[in-house]
Amino acid sequence: MGLIDIARSKSPWILHFDAGACNGCDIEILACLTPVYDVERFGIINIGNPKHADVLLVTGTVNKRSARVLRNLYDQMPDPKAVVAIGACALSGGVFHECYNVLGGVDSVLPVDVYVPGCAPKPEAIIEGVVMALGKMQEREHARKRGAA
Amino acid sequence: MAQRTVIPFGPQHPVLPEPIQLKLTLKDEIVEEALPHIGYVHRGVEKAAERMDYTQNVFLVERICGICSFIHALCYCQGLERLMGLEVPRRAAYLRVIWSELHRLQSHHLWLGLYADAFGFESLFMEFWRSREMLMDIFEKTAGSRVIISACCIGGVRRDISDQHLQETLETLKTLEAAFDKSSEVMLNDYTVKKRTVGKGVLQADKAIMLGAAGPVLRASGVEQDARQTGFAAYDELRVEPVVETAGDCYARAKVRIREVRQSLDLVRRAIAGLPDTDIAVRPKGRPNGRTISRVEQPRGELLYFLAANGSQKLERLRVRTPTFANVAPLVHMLPGSELADVPVIVLSIDPCISCTER
Repeated sequence: MGLIDIARSKSPWILHFDAGACNGCDIEILACLTPVYDVERFGIINIGNPKHADVLLVTGTVNKRSARVLRNLYDQMPDPKAVVAIGACALSGGVFHECYNVLGGVDSVLPVDVYVPGCAPKPEAIIEGVVMALGKMQEREHARKRGAA
Repeated sequence: MAQRTVIPFGPQHPVLPEPIQLKLTLKDEIVEEALPHIGYVHRGVEKAAERMDYTQNVFLVERICGICSFIHALCYCQGLERLMGLEVPRRAAYLRVIWSELHRLQSHHLWLGLYADAFGFESLFMEFWRSREMLMDIFEKTAGSRVIISACCIGGVRRDISDQHLQETLETLKTLEAAFDKSSEVMLNDYTVKKRTVGKGVLQADKAIMLGAAGPVLRASGVEQDARQTGFAAYDELRVEPVVETAGDCYARAKVRIREVRQSLDLVRRAIAGLPDTDIAVRPKGRPNGRTISRVEQPRGELLYFLAANGSQKLERLRVRTPTFANVAPLVHMLPGSELADVPVIVLSIDPCISCTER
């Protein structure tokens, strides 16, 4: 494992985007950052700039207007990157799946690595989701390097 | 020479947990015009409510907003109870007040934290959110879930709170108040905080009324209005005096919310002390018919539901009017003339809840 890989797996920076959530999952993501859960002690920082982020956390259903923003944010993130869908709405549309303005879950727009179920998922579940995404990201990176060698 | 620039503020911005876009036209560093663009979290809840069963809708309207979910359910159930002629048992009315006020407490803590973060005071943000976790623990203990608690149902509440949990709640609130004393002291008296908030984003009383402001934004401009005075749930016995400040700036809006936290603490204690010993729910019979309006006070202001039913399983129309939507017009009025660096603080000062606004 190279130095950059170590740094990435020990200090992933996350980007959060609300694609159409009720706020419940968003405040649980913020709660992860605050003293009781305090993910910053693991080096996880919530960052506003997609160009600095490793993991994209998406909450809520994707609608026609937010799909473009979501796609833009994803495209701006440097590789390797991972996407975590948080909450029932981000998984499938949840209670809103039949609404006229809803395209469906996050996977209708982006490739999703980890699905965190719940309405709203507890902060512990969100943290576990991010950790799982890091594992997947690393696996992918190793496979890419093996392919190149 | 003064230069004009247009800056898009949002939809994805570090101070905004939710997507809303403001197109800011700047003359050098001064905002000349702000144009809001919404629609990023529109789902179509009102239409979906017409397709679902009226009892299923309770779960749908709760998910309009994850911060004050209980109060949305309360407003909806209250309207249906009026249409169906149901008398809610007194204990249920008191439990509704307890959960509503706990939601107000957590919402104001959440806001005070985000607000501190907006002017860059991160340790204060952490302090408020540390206290907020105590309230989340109360929700988890009493209702089984942290965010969407689903405690309200048509005809009463879904579950009772045991005496032991009521005692533990009172204990927790004592710890919470001690922590709140310390952090609110900083919010009100710190020199740097005052520099960032006093005199920013001023809204005069006449403008506030004309633009239709609601909730703490209206009360911070000196207008005495609180939907809890209408006496829904158990507020007819637990009287509420509206908290009013007169300055109308960001500092006054924070002060109104800080005083409302104390008021809510007092209300929860009074409701627990006076909790009557009756049933917690009546069984709804028949189907709703007719039209009604239901008003409650949300942490952000007055929430209003219009319900039209025609005696069938499904509602004819559900219209939701949320306080943040009412506060967007005052916000657009507050921004011109302020500096770009103050924009996040002023935007946050109305406590925007976009998922309520767009549904």
